[in-house]
Amino acid sequence: MIEVQSLTKDFGPIRAVDHVTFTVSKGEVLGFLGPNGAGKSTTMKMITGFLAPTSGAAKVCGHDVESDPIAAKRRLGYLPEGAPLYVDMTPAAFLRFVAGIRGFKGAEQKRRIDRAVQMAQLETVYNQPIDTLSKGFKRRVGLAQALLHDPEVLVLDEPTDGLDPNQKHDVREIIREMAPEKTIIISTHILEEVDAICTRAIIIAAGKVVADGTPKDLEARSRTHQAVTLKMRAVPAAAQQMLVALPGVEAIETVPGGLRVLPKPGEVIYSTVEGFVRDKAWPVDDIIFARGHLEDVFREITRPGERRPATAAAAEGARA
Amino acid sequence: MSLRLRNVSAVFKREFVSYFTTPVAYVFLIVFLALAGALTFYIGNFFDRNQADLDAFFTFHPWLYLFLIPAISMRLWAEERKSGTVEFLLTMPVTLWDAVLGKFLAAWIFAGVALVLTFPIWLTVNYLGEPDNGAVLAGYIGSFLMAGAYLAIGSCLSAATKNQVIAFVLAAAICFLFTLGGTNIVLGFAASILPQSLVDLVASFSFLNHFDQIKKGVIDLRDLIFFLSVMGVFLYATTLVLELKKGQ
Repeated sequence: MIEVQSLTKDFGPIRAVDHVTFTVSKGEVLGFLGPNGAGKSTTMKMITGFLAPTSGAAKVCGHDVESDPIAAKRRLGYLPEGAPLYVDMTPAAFLRFVAGIRGFKGAEQKRRIDRAVQMAQLETVYNQPIDTLSKGFKRRVGLAQALLHDPEVLVLDEPTDGLDPNQKHDVREIIREMAPEKTIIISTHILEEVDAICTRAIIIAAGKVVADGTPKDLEARSRTHQAVTLKMRAVPAAAQQMLVALPGVEAIETVPGGLRVLPKPGEVIYSTVEGFVRDKAWPVDDIIFARGHLEDVFREITRPGERRPATAAAAEGARA
Repeated sequence: MSLRLRNVSAVFKREFVSYFTTPVAYVFLIVFLALAGALTFYIGNFFDRNQADLDAFFTFHPWLYLFLIPAISMRLWAEERKSGTVEFLLTMPVTLWDAVLGKFLAAWIFAGVALVLTFPIWLTVNYLGEPDNGAVLAGYIGSFLMAGAYLAIGSCLSAATKNQVIAFVLAAAICFLFTLGGTNIVLGFAASILPQSLVDLVASFSFLNHFDQIKKGVIDLRDLIFFLSVMGVFLYATTLVLELKKGQ
């Protein structure tokens, strides 16, 4: 369980994290989203006790990270951004060091290391200097280190950054397997990852939490959520005016190769539009139903200046 | 307390072993031994002095340490900060003190190994004559303590920068001040502008003066306390600098 209460961090005159508050419970995988420099890593560094907050507090399993750091750190596995490692060591020596510092000895130590090596699939490179390993293996060594003591809480800063699709898949599998037993925060700017493994997502921009919900909730905030795209080689005259007059339709947009019909918030317009098109016998090649893209929500929320208001699009549609 | 010990020793072990996984340790040991020998025999005129003691050997230690010790200490924290492993280390269940102390001890014991490897010179002097082996031991203890003091200064400056070269130069410069404080150049200059009490203060901070006392064979509690407090102060300063700089 992680409790973050009004966490704030100033670097000189710059406020990197601004009163961030959230709670993550056991079994949740929280995706921490935001553009670069939004304060994701800084927040994680405060939760893991690396940086002291300017104000506010973070608790790991009830232990305040600032006043009781050792107890908090013992319950925490952390993969820092870029997975920094002692590159002149082998995974074997490195994991023994981590096990030693975490207080495991003898048979217990061996058991813990074997388990972590197996989970991260490090058997083949176990005795090679970390220096000589590929990026994917280095990341897995970092992951093995974070999992070694089977912590209740995992904080993973961009665990799949820079990995190839297979490696990404492997890392996600590891996370998914552990998820029910643990409290996990991962930061990422790969949005498909949120869909793939997170039960909840927080979007942070300029140090502030700007959205908090399940990936589905967030998708629903997309302008194109439940939108219907009609693929047509030739758009019939007055098609836009007719479509915008349908019940539940908010606006019409011209997109390459056709028209996109945007619904009013909360409306489902697929069958209406589909039926209307069939009645009119328009030469439609394909009707595409959009679930809404996290990516759109992400952009709309984190760069509100660029948002194209739906009403403007409607006006455009009417004029055309 | 045992938890403390476990943490410090884990950090110590990793750091100490890391010296020997790269050629750095071997290069250092060879250079140290070669220079210590050359200075003793050629510049210190070990044979011409015709005395069965190691004064000619120990006299050069402060000057040798001046640039060799910063070469050990420069990587202590600068490298961790540059590679980002400092974030990994300090989010382990250890205190800042455990980490600072463990790494310092590794460097200190490494310097001790270099010192122990000069034993042939002790064999030589025992073969040639009958030295006061008590004084020799005192010289070794004094030299080891002085190395620790230089290392603590180096540790602090290594924490202040991510660049090992800068860490080296700064450490050498500060160590130079602490060494030179006991020479006539500085003391003569100080005497011309400062009251006598301050001149004494400057002199009292000199590694040279304290080391001279010990290498004569007199291990005075005051000299011991001096070197140990320099280590304590600069290791404490290391934790403060790290606390301030680690996030950058």
